[in-house]
Amino acid sequence: MRVAVVGAGPAGVRAVEVLVAAGHRPVWIDEAPEGGGRIYQRPPAPLQRDAKTLYGFEAKRATALHAAFDALKTRADWRPETLAWHIRAGAKRLHTLHRGAQGVVDYDAALLCTGAMDRVIPVPGWTQPGVTTLGGAQIALKAQGCGIGRRVAFLGSGPLLWLIAYQYAKAGAEVVAVLDTTPFATKAAAAPRLLRGGATFAKGLFYVGWLRAHRVRVAEGVTPLAIEGGAEGVTGLRWRDAAGREHEVACDAVGMGWGLKPEAQLADLAGIPFRFDALQHNWVPQRDAAGRTPIAGHYLAGDGAGIGGAEVAELAGARAALALLQDAGQAVDATTVARLDAALAQQQRFRAALDRAFPFPAHLAAALPDDAILCRCEGLRAGELRAAARADNAAGPAPEMNRAKAFSRTGMGRCQGRVCGAAAAEILAAELGQPVKAIGRLRGQPPVKPMPIPAPRPAREAVS
Amino acid sequence: MRLHRLRDADRPRIALTLEGQAIEAQQGDTLLTALLAGGAGHLRRSEFGDGARAGFCLMGACQDCWVAVEGLGRVRACATLAEPGMAVRRG
Repeated sequence: MRVAVVGAGPAGVRAVEVLVAAGHRPVWIDEAPEGGGRIYQRPPAPLQRDAKTLYGFEAKRATALHAAFDALKTRADWRPETLAWHIRAGAKRLHTLHRGAQGVVDYDAALLCTGAMDRVIPVPGWTQPGVTTLGGAQIALKAQGCGIGRRVAFLGSGPLLWLIAYQYAKAGAEVVAVLDTTPFATKAAAAPRLLRGGATFAKGLFYVGWLRAHRVRVAEGVTPLAIEGGAEGVTGLRWRDAAGREHEVACDAVGMGWGLKPEAQLADLAGIPFRFDALQHNWVPQRDAAGRTPIAGHYLAGDGAGIGGAEVAELAGARAALALLQDAGQAVDATTVARLDAALAQQQRFRAALDRAFPFPAHLAAALPDDAILCRCEGLRAGELRAAARADNAAGPAPEMNRAKAFSRTGMGRCQGRVCGAAAAEILAAELGQPVKAIGRLRGQPPVKPMPIPAPRPAREAVS
Repeated sequence: MRLHRLRDADRPRIALTLEGQAIEAQQGDTLLTALLAGGAGHLRRSEFGDGARAGFCLMGACQDCWVAVEGLGRVRACATLAEPGMAVRRG
């Protein structure tokens, strides 16, 4: 049986571990040069790799995952720096790109562990140099030893916001503000259920407490107004507090993000149906608790199958690999399956509480001013998308996201709506007076990321 | 935008150029780090006239850090390691 695993983050590593232990040698693809995924991304070799400094509380987990990866890469058909740019589920074929060269991988079973990226709400001024996602700010620090600026403000919601602010402050950056758009009361209401998360919840409280104790300016329930800038990039961040007062803080960089969303383009191209997960407020590919999808021979695990975090991804990767083996008629250890199922179910309850504590502030996305840039690839402003939804639009109002894309080019750029898609959906839904679920989602298109189109070879010159 | 080297900032130096101007970087830098810690300020300009860009996601997804490297063509600065002697143009 030929097995292909896409992704070498926490889910992919644990999946390959199970497959190798069962006697397989899967083709294993990742865009990065090494395993670990974005969460445990290792710095390039010339940088020091002291796990405690890089990963804090997660050092043990990161070290264990890296060790597992290092032991596995020679026992699998490991293909680093390789983009899986298309999947054809009927033909059971992946199309790849490695250093400019195309390839194909034929498989009998595929396990997609494609991860996640930041979910973003545009703020006026957000395209200026000096503004990054929260995940980007973290990668700059962990993988490159750099802060995104000298005086950094962090804006958004979710556990990452506080974690990254803490990591920056510990590394010696000046954190000028941590602005959480979630009101305190929302988080407090979810607190009893969050206690189930045990250590994870305690770590979250620790970061918030540490930042307050070190007199970092923090505010909750804020409404971002604008990122100010000049010729050199960001100069400040303006917001309105919960009581309606306006504030501005001087800074030269802003990291922002509102939780994560699945990188599920390959699942989409494989024809796996999606559903709107109201609690996560994300479109997620359909799968059962073990990672089986409605498309036979195709499995999903990790954040690409719905946001659960790194710990869940490790469990889900192992579980999906076992499901794959079970479906292929191989015997698996029932105790292991039962243990993973129980652990995943417990994590699911904690995750639900976390999603309730940090709900996606759809109203902020829907309120983006007409003249603010929404789609950074195409330089489109929010008003241009709204125009596509109005009754007086030349071709009639766009009733759903893909039609709005065709009319306005929102999401048609080189990132394929990865960055603007979540906010664009809220803007369109609000303009049409529909729930966001009703206006659909941007369909994936191959190639899932831009790739060079090789020019044809010149005809051989006539020999004179 | 100027990236601020916070730790591990004394690695062997490498030299590259941006639009012909010398940029001093460090071994292990991505092109994005090399340029934005080296004073480039930005990496590209929006094709639609709305200003300078310097990347956004830093994880290979947003495609807003494109630069051109002689011999390599267009690359994502965040996903490409800086090498000595690279001749870079803004994307």
